[in-house]
Amino acid sequence: MRTRWITLLALLTLMAAACNSGSPIEGPAGDTPAEGDAAACEEGETDGDLLLYNWSEYIDPELVEAFESEHGVTLTEDFYPSNEEMLARVQSGASGYDVVVPSDYMVSIMIEEELLLPLDRDAIPNWENISDQFLAPPYDPDLEFSMPYQWGTTGLGVNLDAVGEDYEPSWGLVFDADLADEHAGRISMLDDPRETLGAALVYLGYSINSTSEDELAEAAELVAEATGRLAAYSSDQYSDLLMAGETVIAHGYSGGFFAAYDEAENPDQWDYFVPAEGGTIWTDNMAILGDAPHPCTAHTFINFILDAENGAALTNWTYYASPNAAAEENIISEILEDPAIYPDDELMANLQFIEDTGDFEIQYQDHFSRAKG
Amino acid sequence: MSAPEVTRPRGLVERALEANTWLVFAFFYAPIVLLVILSFNDNRVVGTWTGASLRWYREMVGNRAVIGSLQNSLIVASISTIVATVLGTATALALERFRFRGRGVFDGLVYLPVIIPDVTMAVMMLLFFARAAALMHSSIGVSFGLGIPTIALSHVAFNISFVAIVVRARLGGLDPALEEAAADLYAGRWQVFRHVTLPLIMPGVLGGALLALTLSLDDVVITSFVSGPGSTTLPVYVFGLVRRGVTPLVNAVSTVMLLASMLLVLFSLLAQRRAQ
Amino acid sequence: MAQLTVPPEAETLPATAELERAAERAASRRGLLLSLPGFAYLFLFFALPLVIVFVYSFATRSSTGRTILGDWNLRSYARLLDPFVLQIAWRSFSVAAVATVICLVVGYPFAYYIATRRPAVRYTLLVLVMIPFWSNFLVRTYAWRVLLGSGGPVSRLTELLGLGQTRLLFTSTAVMIGLVYGFLPFMVLPLYASIERVDFDLVEAARDLYASGWQAFRRVTWPLTRPGVIAGSILVFIPSFGAYVTPEILGGSRTTMLGSFIVRQFLSARDWPFGSSLSFVVMTVMLVAALIYFRTGGKTL
Repeated sequence: MRTRWITLLALLTLMAAACNSGSPIEGPAGDTPAEGDAAACEEGETDGDLLLYNWSEYIDPELVEAFESEHGVTLTEDFYPSNEEMLARVQSGASGYDVVVPSDYMVSIMIEEELLLPLDRDAIPNWENISDQFLAPPYDPDLEFSMPYQWGTTGLGVNLDAVGEDYEPSWGLVFDADLADEHAGRISMLDDPRETLGAALVYLGYSINSTSEDELAEAAELVAEATGRLAAYSSDQYSDLLMAGETVIAHGYSGGFFAAYDEAENPDQWDYFVPAEGGTIWTDNMAILGDAPHPCTAHTFINFILDAENGAALTNWTYYASPNAAAEENIISEILEDPAIYPDDELMANLQFIEDTGDFEIQYQDHFSRAKG
Repeated sequence: MSAPEVTRPRGLVERALEANTWLVFAFFYAPIVLLVILSFNDNRVVGTWTGASLRWYREMVGNRAVIGSLQNSLIVASISTIVATVLGTATALALERFRFRGRGVFDGLVYLPVIIPDVTMAVMMLLFFARAAALMHSSIGVSFGLGIPTIALSHVAFNISFVAIVVRARLGGLDPALEEAAADLYAGRWQVFRHVTLPLIMPGVLGGALLALTLSLDDVVITSFVSGPGSTTLPVYVFGLVRRGVTPLVNAVSTVMLLASMLLVLFSLLAQRRAQ
Repeated sequence: MAQLTVPPEAETLPATAELERAAERAASRRGLLLSLPGFAYLFLFFALPLVIVFVYSFATRSSTGRTILGDWNLRSYARLLDPFVLQIAWRSFSVAAVATVICLVVGYPFAYYIATRRPAVRYTLLVLVMIPFWSNFLVRTYAWRVLLGSGGPVSRLTELLGLGQTRLLFTSTAVMIGLVYGFLPFMVLPLYASIERVDFDLVEAARDLYASGWQAFRRVTWPLTRPGVIAGSILVFIPSFGAYVTPEILGGSRTTMLGSFIVRQFLSARDWPFGSSLSFVVMTVMLVAALIYFRTGGKTL
C-alpha cells in the first residue's frame, strides 16, 4: 500500500519537472504581448481601475484623488521598498499590477527580461513636456518602455545636534570607525544592494558600477563591518527614524529627507548632503507591465503625471526634482533653488548613475545579503 | 479538582507565586494598555505625547486602504472558516470513528499543517499558485492572478487541520455508548448523526471554528505571499504600515482590532458557559 | 473509536459473520467517503505544494534571478552548509531556545498558581489569560515597538533604576521579549491543563513521606506534569524558530533570523531554489522536534 503512495508522489514529481522543463518559469508575464506589440490606446482612454505598484510616500494623495475624479476610475496603490523586491514580485508572474516605478538600471533589466509593455505615444501626448536631458536616457534611448517620473540624489541625512555643525561631509560618517563609532547604534542605511554597496565602493574610490570581484568584496567587507554600527537597514523608514531620534545619521533619498524636514518644528536641526567622495543620481520611471490588466488606463495615468500642473504638484509634495520642463514654472521656488534637490554643475560632476551590470548584478545581491548578516 | 488545603503552597512560596502571577499579568496587559493610550496621541511621532485627540480614528475611518483591507480580511476569514470547519469536522469524524485504507497516511497529513512553519507554508503556496497559473495559462488559456481566492484557499489549507484536531479531541472524550444507544433508537445513520453526535460535538466544532477564524484574521506571512494588488488584508496592511513608518494611525487601527478580537473571545466564552 | 455495531439479535443467525463483514466494509466505505473531501483538499493544496517546493530546491537560478526547472543539482543544499547560513540558523535556534526556557521559568509558577486556586477564581484568571492570547498577534508584537524605543517607557524605567538609558529596539533581546510575549500563553495553557490533572492526593502522600514541599514537588508534581512541560515547550519553540513577524518588527535588519532570511530569498535576493531548500530543511527540523514530542508520550497537541 505504501508503494502506491510513493509511486504517486514520484509521478507527480516527474510531472512537475516535465512541465516547462529546461525553460525559465513563465507566468503570464512571459507569454503575453511580445516586444513590438504595443497596446493601441487613445489619449484619455480607460479600461478599468488602475493598479499602481510604487515606492512608499511617492505620490500626493490629492493627486491620486484628482486622477480618480478626472477619469472616473479607482487607483489602488501597493508599495515596495526596493527595485529588487518589485522585480521579484513581477517576475513570479501573475503579479496583477498595471504601472510600476522602476529606477534607471532596473528599467534596462526589465526590458531585457521582457517584462514591460511598449508604450503607445499617441496616448501620451504630454511626453513633449519632458526636459531635453531626459529624452534619451542610456537605459531606454527612445523612451519606448518608460517615461521619467522623478529624479534625485542619494546621500546622508544628519541630526546636527549629534554630529555638530561642521561635520565631515563624507561616507566616513558610516564607514570610518573613527568618525562613526561615537554614533554606533544610531545609523541607518538603505536596504538596497546597489545603493549601499555603491556607497562603500565610492568611499573606497571605485566606480559605483564596478564589475570587479575584488572591489566588490572589499566594499562588502566594509559594509559588513558597518552593520555592527547600524540600528537598522531601511528603505522607507530612514527619515522617520531620523526625526524620531532613533538615528542621527541616515542613508536615504533627497526628497524623503526634505519632505520630513519641512514638517518638523525646527528644520534647522537637520541637514542633507551628498558626500564629497561621490554619490548616486537616479531617475525613477513609470513603466507598464507586459501583462497589465488595464493598459489603457495605465497610459492615461502616465500622461496625467506628465501634465505640467500635475508634475509640479507631484514635486511640490515629494520634494524630489521633476524631469518635466513644463512643470517648472509651477514648482515652488524653494525647491527649484535648493542645490541639494536640483544639483548644480559642481555637484553633478560628483554624481554617478547606477547602471545595470548584466550578469554581475547577482553578485551585488549576494554580497549584500552576506554583509547584512 | 482543586488542590486541598493541605497541599496548597504556603507562606513564602505562596506569596512568591502570587507576586509572579501579578507580574505576568502586568506583562501581558501593560503593552496593550499603552498601545491603546497612544492611539489618542495628537503628535505624529508615536513616542512623544503632545495631547489627546481623536484625529487618527477620524483618519482611519476615512482611509480607503484601511476599510478596504478590513473588508478583505472579513471576506477571507468567513469563507475560510466555514469551509475549513465543514471539511475539518468531516475529517475528524472520519479519522476518529472509522477504519479505512489510507487512514494512517491521512492521519499524518492532517497534522503537518500545524507543525509547518508559516514561512514554509507561504513559500509552498506561492510556488503552487505560480505553477498552477502558468499551467492553466498554457493549457486552457485562462489566466488568474493572486488575490482573495488564493488567500482563502491557503487559509483553508491550514485551518482544516486545526479544526480537525479540536473536533477530534472532543470526539475522543465522548462515550461511544451514547451513539450505540442512539443507533438502536433511530432509523438511519444520518439521524443518529444529526440528533446525537452533532449536538455532542458542537462545542468542539464551534471551538474549532473560532480557532480557524482567529488564525485567519491573524495571518501575515502566508497572506502577504499569496495576495495581489487590492487584496491586502488588515494585518498585512498594518504590517506594511509598521515597516514603512509608524504613526499613531497604526495604534488606532490596532486598538480597533484588539477590541474586536476581545469582544469575540468574551462572546464565545460566555456562549460556551451557557451551553454547559 | 467506535464502529457501528450489528444489532444483538443478529448474533444468533448463522450468516452473522457475513453480515458483520458486510457492515464493516460499508462502514469502511462511509469512512472513506467522509474523509475524501478533506483529504482531496489537503492533497491538492498542501501535499502538492510541498512536493513543488521540494522539486524547486533542486532547480537552478539564472543569472537574472529566474528559476530554471531543468539542470537539476544539489547546489542549494550545499549552500546550507555555508558558515553564514549556519550562523543565522544558530542564532534562530538559540533565540528560540532561550525564549522557550524563559517561558517555562515564568510560565510554570504562573500556571501552578492558577491551577491551585478555587474553581471560580481559576476560571476568571484563565479568561484573563485567554483574552490577550486570542487578540491579534501582530498588534501585540507591535505594542513593544514603542515600549522599547529610545526615550520609551522601558528606557525611562531603566533610567529610574539607575541603569542608564537603554534602547532595546532592534536587538536580539527585543526579539526575544517579543517572542516570549507572543508565545507565553502557548506555554501556560498546556502547563495548566497538565497541572490541573495532577491527583493532589499523591502530593499529599508525598508531603507525608518527604521532609519538604520542595522535595514533594520535585519527585511527584514535576514528573507528573512533564507532558505539559513538553507540550508547552514544543508549542513555543516551533513557532519561535521559524518566526518572521516578530524579528521583522522588533529586530531591525541586523539580527537576521531564519524566517526573514527565507523570505528575503524570495522577495529580494530572488534565489528560489535556495529559499526552497531552506524552507524544506526548517520544516524537517520542526517535524523531528514534533516527533520527539509524540514519542515522549504526548498525545494531543
